[in-house]
Amino acid sequence: MQTRIGRRRLLFGTGGVVAGLGLAGLAGGSARADAAAVEAKIKEIVGDRTVQEGRITLDAPEIAENGNTVPVSVSVDSPMTADDHVQRVHVFADGNPRPDVCTFHFTPKNGEAWASTRIRLAKTQKVYALAEMSDGSVYLTSREVKVTIGGCGG
Amino acid sequence: MSKTRWGVVFVAAIAVAGLATAVSATEHEQWPVPGYKSVQPQEGNPLPELISGYWFRTAEVRALQDDDFENPGFLWVERGEELWNTKDGEANKSCADCHGAAEESMKGVGASYPKWFEPLGKPVNLEQRINICRENNQKAKPWKWESEELLAMTTYIKYQSRGMPMNIDISGPMKEWWERGKKEYYQRRGQLDMSCANCHEGYYGHKIRADTLSQGQINGFPTYRLKWQKIGSLHRRFRGCNKQIRATPNPYGDDEYIALEVYLAWRGMGLPVETPAVRQ
Amino acid sequence: MAKPKPRVRVPRKPVPKGEVITVKTLISHPMESGQRKDKKGNVIPRKIINRFEATYNGELVFAMDLHPAISANPYIAFNLRVDEAGELAFKWVDDDGSVYTKKAKIKVAS
Repeated sequence: MQTRIGRRRLLFGTGGVVAGLGLAGLAGGSARADAAAVEAKIKEIVGDRTVQEGRITLDAPEIAENGNTVPVSVSVDSPMTADDHVQRVHVFADGNPRPDVCTFHFTPKNGEAWASTRIRLAKTQKVYALAEMSDGSVYLTSREVKVTIGGCGG
Repeated sequence: MSKTRWGVVFVAAIAVAGLATAVSATEHEQWPVPGYKSVQPQEGNPLPELISGYWFRTAEVRALQDDDFENPGFLWVERGEELWNTKDGEANKSCADCHGAAEESMKGVGASYPKWFEPLGKPVNLEQRINICRENNQKAKPWKWESEELLAMTTYIKYQSRGMPMNIDISGPMKEWWERGKKEYYQRRGQLDMSCANCHEGYYGHKIRADTLSQGQINGFPTYRLKWQKIGSLHRRFRGCNKQIRATPNPYGDDEYIALEVYLAWRGMGLPVETPAVRQ
Repeated sequence: MAKPKPRVRVPRKPVPKGEVITVKTLISHPMESGQRKDKKGNVIPRKIINRFEATYNGELVFAMDLHPAISANPYIAFNLRVDEAGELAFKWVDDDGSVYTKKAKIKVAS
């Protein structure tokens, strides 16, 4: 836990986005071989904006019995009014052949910024959710999902 | 637990280990899950209680099965319903033309298979019975094993028995097939020299690498497996099991698999049909 | 499935005005990732649903871009605040250009 917070500070500190994820990629070993690719994707979307923590929640099982169908949900704390709402939530994964998973496009008509789907995870890895708000602010969260490789079921 | 049995599982665990990382079970995990439901076995059943594979799966996988909308197996139930009402073959008849509403005519049918079929002098399972009906009555070509159509129809018919106890008749000539199936169940095979019983009788509830072994009950078939990303038949699962222990799989619908299906249906007598179940 | 079949679920009963409901959708589709190979070692070409859109009374209320990391038989659920009775129209777009659609009516409690 301590390590994770430490890394986040490193990541989201002033101007540390690119350098920070680069380090994470080195430290994480093979399971995060693509962390740099996720980093690049996030950088592309975020641009010069400051990535913040909080407001966005990513729900996924701690352990997935099979990586082919992992239920994930995202929710963002937002009033979802015309003036103040979530525009998009991008989902990325750093251990798949490609970092993109999906992008949800929200509107004030959603009432609550929540969406759910099922994703493929090739192995144990980190899943990221990046929210873009109508005021231009961006929020990032991530969590690790362990993917079990079964004896016979896997 | 004899030393030999431990040895077998250990060897198997190493043998099936691939390149990927295994995840150790967390401390709170218990299998079957707390609060599981079981059924009392009938006389002669070697299991102390009968537990559906459902109770050996994680909360996320069980949730997929619990909700009839979220359960992707229902895509095949709906496809089966379409096919039930579609005219086919030279006779230009649909299943519904003879059998009416499946909700009534097929209720309990799937729970009672495999069944003795006198014209062939042997038992047939549900897939085979469907194809016999197609050939004899619709004058249509039999569907291939694991085809979308045969899976959908089998799933749709078995679904009409959902919640009903598995109830196979092993009297008369079926006894011989039951004996044969029992022999196969305990027969070691393949390069790993393992029988069905090694895992599913001796070690259910234990881990084989990161996977939890179940009793190998068949009450959920055809089953939506996350691994397959679709519905699959019981015989597909048999073939997969055979490959895992490095044995040559039998062809679909083979007599040996039918005998094993007869025996397994008996071993699960009383368990509710769960089709379409969802498994890992 | 021979042809992708959509399923959708919305509340059947009339919804109190202003209430937020959950809309669930599922469509049969293999979501062939383009990462797999057949028995001969040839890459199986990518074929996925790449876009999902939902409109309510003609107005776009939710959309999703899908990549190969979305599971076979895609499941998509989202919320909708019901301010008026109407019709939800769903659209799934396939890599090959095919479009699959489905509609669902929402009633409002008076």
